[in-house]
Amino acid sequence: MNLTIFLLALFDGISYAALVFIVALGLTLIFGVMRILNIAHGSLYAIGAYATVSLTGFFLALGFSPIFAFPLMIISAVLVGMLLGGPIEWLLLRRIYDKPEVLQLLVTFAVFMILEDAQRLVWGTQPYFQASALQALGNITLFGVTYTVYQLILLPLVAIGLLFGLRFFLRRTVIGKLILATTEDREAAQSIGIDADRVFLFTFIVGAVLAGLGGALASPTTSILPGMGADMIVLSFAVVATAGLGQIEGAAVAALLIGLGRSFAVYVWPEVAVLVPYLIMVLVLLIRPQGLFGSPVARKI
Amino acid sequence: MLDTSQRSAPKLSDKAGGLRSTRSLLTLAGVLLLAAVPLIAPSMQLLINLALAKGLAVLGVTILLRAGQVSFGHALFFGVSAYVGAFLMASMPQADLILVLIAGVAGAAISGLLVGLFVVRYRGIFFGMLNLAFSMIFWSILEKFYHITGGADGIRLARPTVLGMALERPEFEAVLFYLSLVLMVGLGWFTLRWFASPVGQIFQTIKTNETRLEYLGLSPKRVLLSGYLLSAALCGVGGSLMAMTQGVVTPEYVWWVRSAEMVFIAVLGGAGSVRGAFIGALIYEIVRVYASAFAGDIWQLLLGSFLLIIILFAPGGIMGIADSVMNRRSKSQPTNLGEDAQ
Amino acid sequence: MTSATQGTRRSGPPLLETRDLVIKFGGVTAANNVSMQIEAGRNLAIIGPNGAGKTTFLNICTGWLKPQQGKVFLEGEDITTLPPRKIVQRGVARAFQIPQLFTEHTALENLLISAAARDGMRNPLQSLHRIRQRDEMMHLLDLVNCADVADRTVVELSEGQRKLIDIAVALALKPRLLLMDEPTSGVASSQKHEVMEILVGALAEAGVTSVFVEHDMGIVARHADEVAVWNAGNVQLRGTPDEILEHPDVIRDVIGEEVA
Repeated sequence: MNLTIFLLALFDGISYAALVFIVALGLTLIFGVMRILNIAHGSLYAIGAYATVSLTGFFLALGFSPIFAFPLMIISAVLVGMLLGGPIEWLLLRRIYDKPEVLQLLVTFAVFMILEDAQRLVWGTQPYFQASALQALGNITLFGVTYTVYQLILLPLVAIGLLFGLRFFLRRTVIGKLILATTEDREAAQSIGIDADRVFLFTFIVGAVLAGLGGALASPTTSILPGMGADMIVLSFAVVATAGLGQIEGAAVAALLIGLGRSFAVYVWPEVAVLVPYLIMVLVLLIRPQGLFGSPVARKI
Repeated sequence: MLDTSQRSAPKLSDKAGGLRSTRSLLTLAGVLLLAAVPLIAPSMQLLINLALAKGLAVLGVTILLRAGQVSFGHALFFGVSAYVGAFLMASMPQADLILVLIAGVAGAAISGLLVGLFVVRYRGIFFGMLNLAFSMIFWSILEKFYHITGGADGIRLARPTVLGMALERPEFEAVLFYLSLVLMVGLGWFTLRWFASPVGQIFQTIKTNETRLEYLGLSPKRVLLSGYLLSAALCGVGGSLMAMTQGVVTPEYVWWVRSAEMVFIAVLGGAGSVRGAFIGALIYEIVRVYASAFAGDIWQLLLGSFLLIIILFAPGGIMGIADSVMNRRSKSQPTNLGEDAQ
Repeated sequence: MTSATQGTRRSGPPLLETRDLVIKFGGVTAANNVSMQIEAGRNLAIIGPNGAGKTTFLNICTGWLKPQQGKVFLEGEDITTLPPRKIVQRGVARAFQIPQLFTEHTALENLLISAAARDGMRNPLQSLHRIRQRDEMMHLLDLVNCADVADRTVVELSEGQRKLIDIAVALALKPRLLLMDEPTSGVASSQKHEVMEILVGALAEAGVTSVFVEHDMGIVARHADEVAVWNAGNVQLRGTPDEILEHPDVIRDVIGEEVA
């Protein structure tokens, strides 16, 4: 492996890790606060990508500048959070917080099945491709390797920004502290007047927006196909499980580990590249069943 | 998981005894009706055969539901068994049907042991998702290593011999149909007995109290693993029958949609119910065939919606509804009849 | 299990022994150099204020918690690192403060499962309800006054009944040593002595050594052979019930709290 290929693999890995991290962040945030694993998270990611492609195509056709693709990504992500995330929490999840974990899993799985077909109904099975955002930012050459600014600089910056932004939000703002208090002890939080229902709704919407944003940001870098949601939920679960469920900083490390592992495998042994994330997860969990940064829960008797 | 408590133990009251004999009669009638399908409705034979194969796999998922666990990746064992059969037929074209079945189930059980050793360390979310991840790994392997697996096109299976005889297609299909029916009855009966036995009852305590299990001197992991092996083997029986019935195996056998279907049918039939697994599979297959004409594009959407409705409003599934109907009927009957009989 | 020799044998190692157990949770020291010897054939009561580390001691002895320092020996064998099930297999059973039962099973089924676990039953075609230990388990249910609720599921039972069935489940294992965490909490106070009477009788009959955490000093006075007073993560005093219950420190620290 020469330096050029090494750098290419490194850059691929970083940009890929950034995207996966953004999606995994939403998944782990929702789990951390609500103790629910939202399997439909993958669909929200896919729909975020589809929405971005459609909106961008529409506005570019009207003659808008390609730079408009960026605000449209944010708009798509917020739409996914508000129009899908909100109702899912409000109409469904709210009914099942006191039910067994398996039932909660089945409910989000059912939503996943519904959304997978819904997106096929709306967008069909043809692949979409819309790279104007990627092209708008141009390329950069580092150590003789030319790479897109969008993937090498923008995506990692957004990911890092979200990581620190979320940390700051949870620890330093009033709403963030309310969320953490509810996470610690829902009943105690309610007894001091926190509206846990609203905290859950808000958290779920934020998590859903992150899924949508992941899809929106991914859309210029890949073709949008049915099935991408299923791939993403398993992949982001692999990241979250490797890190330890509910671990925000850990998810960043796990995303890098998995992203780099996968991108180097692409150059070394391409057939197994898609397997690498799972192999890393299985390996980590074999050694640390609670994930890299999770702490084992002691049952009280 | 859902509402399995009322089936956990036979109650020895007269009314329950009456209900049980009613249920046995209905089961017998159902099996006889199925046995008559090749004679009275030959056009349905293939469809029913596929439903029986799926029902056996659903039974595997049902077993885990009894321990309060759901697997979103059990199509893995369905597929492993099917591919083992396909590879066996490819290397040994004269292989016998029984050999294909045994090899497939053995393959499913061995992979069940390997995956099981890992996943029994987890419950709930992790258990469900890690199973999904393993099935996705196998699916990727099937797709990527196409020079061995045939990729998305899969592998065609030649028709195996039956006890050394090479059969024509109609005879072979009849053999397969009645074999499936026998396996349904035999393995269904076995699973019912297993549920009621000490081992099966201990397995079901995973759902309620692992602390006590540990303090009875038992390893919860090993207890869960025993049921996991049984469930993988049952999925293997289903996958092997399906492969021989269809004559082709594709990566679709292990695709997550297939696992989802199994979970759906298990919940539809009545989570934890043995009869429900087969009744659910039959209803599912029949509806799917007739609905595909107009609902093919929204099939998963319908399944998902239906799943939500069952979970939120009828957690006992079809068997739960049937139970409550039968209970109501037996309550509305004049009870002194039974008392006089004593 | 083989009880005849246990009371008389004095030369061998004690049935259960702990040496210098230390465990800390955050800043709280729940076990502070606990060294205890439990001789076979007696009923030892553990008393002490809440948070003194009584339950933690039972958790360490049964392998649920691993001590940060120190060791646990069962008849001289080091069992410190064994998981609970291995310790149970060596004849140490446990009943809990909060009953640990199979809530979807009936009272009788809980005992039948216990018997099946004890005898390693593997026949998948035999019904749990038809196993040969059924009569023995019915007898045990009868012993703890729960025969009338044998076919009720655990969720339908009262707290007191659940406590007694929890003990019966442990007894069904035919242990050598039974550890109980407040066996009579949840039992109506008018029946506490009666229940303990039956229990102690059953233990003696089966040759089971017992250790029980108890808050009710009346129970301790009447049913324990020996008392250990726990305070701040260690054994403060040990002696016969008469000696202990009249000790000024105990009256101040423990009994005073019970009255308050």
